[in-house]
Formats: sequence, structure tokens, C-alpha cells
Amino acid sequence: MKIGADPGRLSHRKRRRQSHKEVTIMFQRQAYRSFVSYMDRSREYYAAQGYTQPYTWPRFREVPFTPLSKALSACRVGLVTTAGRKEPETSDQVLPRELYAMEAYPPPKRMYTDHLFWDKKATHTEDVDSFLPLNRLAEFAREGRIGSVSPRFYGVPTDYSQNRTMKQDAPKILEWCREDGVDAVLLTAL
Amino acid sequence: MSLTARHLEENGLPTVIMGSAKDIVEECGVPRFVFTDFPLGNPCGKPWDREMQRAIVETALTLLERAWMPRITVQTPFIWENDDWRTEFMKVDETNREALAREGERRRQLQALGKQQKEGRD
Repeated sequence: MKIGADPGRLSHRKRRRQSHKEVTIMFQRQAYRSFVSYMDRSREYYAAQGYTQPYTWPRFREVPFTPLSKALSACRVGLVTTAGRKEPETSDQVLPRELYAMEAYPPPKRMYTDHLFWDKKATHTEDVDSFLPLNRLAEFAREGRIGSVSPRFYGVPTDYSQNRTMKQDAPKILEWCREDGVDAVLLTAL
Repeated sequence: MSLTARHLEENGLPTVIMGSAKDIVEECGVPRFVFTDFPLGNPCGKPWDREMQRAIVETALTLLERAWMPRITVQTPFIWENDDWRTEFMKVDETNREALAREGERRRQLQALGKQQKEGRD
């Protein structure tokens, strides 16, 4: 039975059965967390491949915070993605890591994501808005929910080197955001 | 991505991360995080589901407006149609352990070869 069907059209007994089913769906007991730990998973996976030194992820005690300085309806919103803008020409070509700013409109029909760490069995990235919502943001701009969308979006490659991300990539993204008059930024991690 | 968000925020730009790798983002520590409990790949909603994508982006916009302190995570209400991905992604068990070890060995050989070629050119 579909949840949300009109219960008024059901017999008393069916209604009771349905409400029981809803409860069992809405509530489960389990001994383990359901969230996937990608730190655990990737460490075990690469260990099984014979990599003895696990990747060490950054962890900070202090977290910076900047409140929004004006109404969202007056803000220009920018988007940052880890997807690449170019596809390799041949299957064995490895593209160099690329930091880029790209015209946002018209939105790209495809982005290159094959080189990134995501679940290629469970889903796909053929709809760019599922990870880079340029069309959705344009709708919010038209409706006045946000002031505007930045004319460019920004690509930051995922990098083994945290130093390179912090010293080179992030400052460049900041510079581009300032050039484009961006007031707030959405960063979508594939 | 978390490091980039932190840098922007430190320099006066409010940010929101939208993603599905909860532990990686939260361990790093970021100002605002919209978490959707999906397999990695569609942090802004299922492909071709415009309404869901709008709802998730709207959550990010609302979080921008309302956050009063850092490290706020909001989880969107959406669930994937099954839970298979939770165990299947990057799985290691007896069925693939040997294949993974071989694959690692092959990758290391390729990397060593690439390094030799690069040194030859330099």
C-alpha cells in the first residue's frame, strides 16, 4: 500500500494495518550507525590495496564564521564545484588538475566527473543540477529569493595536498568571488 | 571543499557546503553544512528531480540567513530508495580482497613507471 493513500476510504481493520506499517517504516532499531563513514571506508579500501599509510584528513578546533551582511534578496550568490569542465579526449588521458572560473549562463549541459570519488554504481551525474544547481539558482534569482547569481561559477579540484588547496586554490577562488561581487557562496561537494 | 569554505569565511564571505560525506565535512569543521544522506554524487538532489533540488537549495539559502554560529549541520528530509549503497560502496570483503590487492599492485607499478618517465624527461 502506498503511504499517503486516503485513509478515509479504508476499512477500520485496513486502516489499523496501514498505520502499523507506517510506524515500522518511520522507526527502526539498529545497533550501528546508518551514516556511511567515508573516512573509515576509504581507509579500509586503500589498505586492502596495499597502501600502508592512510590519508589523514584535516580537523580544526576553531571554525570561522561570517554572518550574512544584507538581505538574501539583495545578495549575489556564487557556486563552487569539484567537477571538472573538460573531458579527456581519449580514455587513457589523465587531465591535469585545473582551477577555473567559467561562464555560468547558459549552464553547461555536462560536467566532467569521472575522475572524482562518488558512487558510480548507485547513481549518475548526467543532470548537472544534481550537483551544480545553476538552473535552480537562476529560478530563485527570477523569483527574487536571491539578488542574483554570479555570472561565473568556480571549479576547485579535489587535491591530495591540503597545503595546495589552502595556499593556492582557496585564495584564487576568493579573488574571483570578489571580482564578481559575490556576497555568499554555495560549495557543492560531489 | 571544506578547506575552501573555511578560507572564504575567514575572509568575510558567508558559505554553505552541500554534501553527503557527513564525517569528512564535520570532522574538518565548517561554518554551515546542508547534509543529504544520499550516495555520493548528487548533493543537490536526485537527477531530474527539480522539486527536490529546489528544496535542498532552499535549505542552503535559509541556513545562510539563519545561522547564528558555526558548525551548524542541517539534514534534509530526503531518503534514497534503498540502502544497498551503504554497504556496497568501496566494499572490502572476502569476495574482492585478492582483486583489490592486485589492483593496488598494478597502480603502484604504473605510478613508478610514470615517475621514471618523468625523471627521464627532467
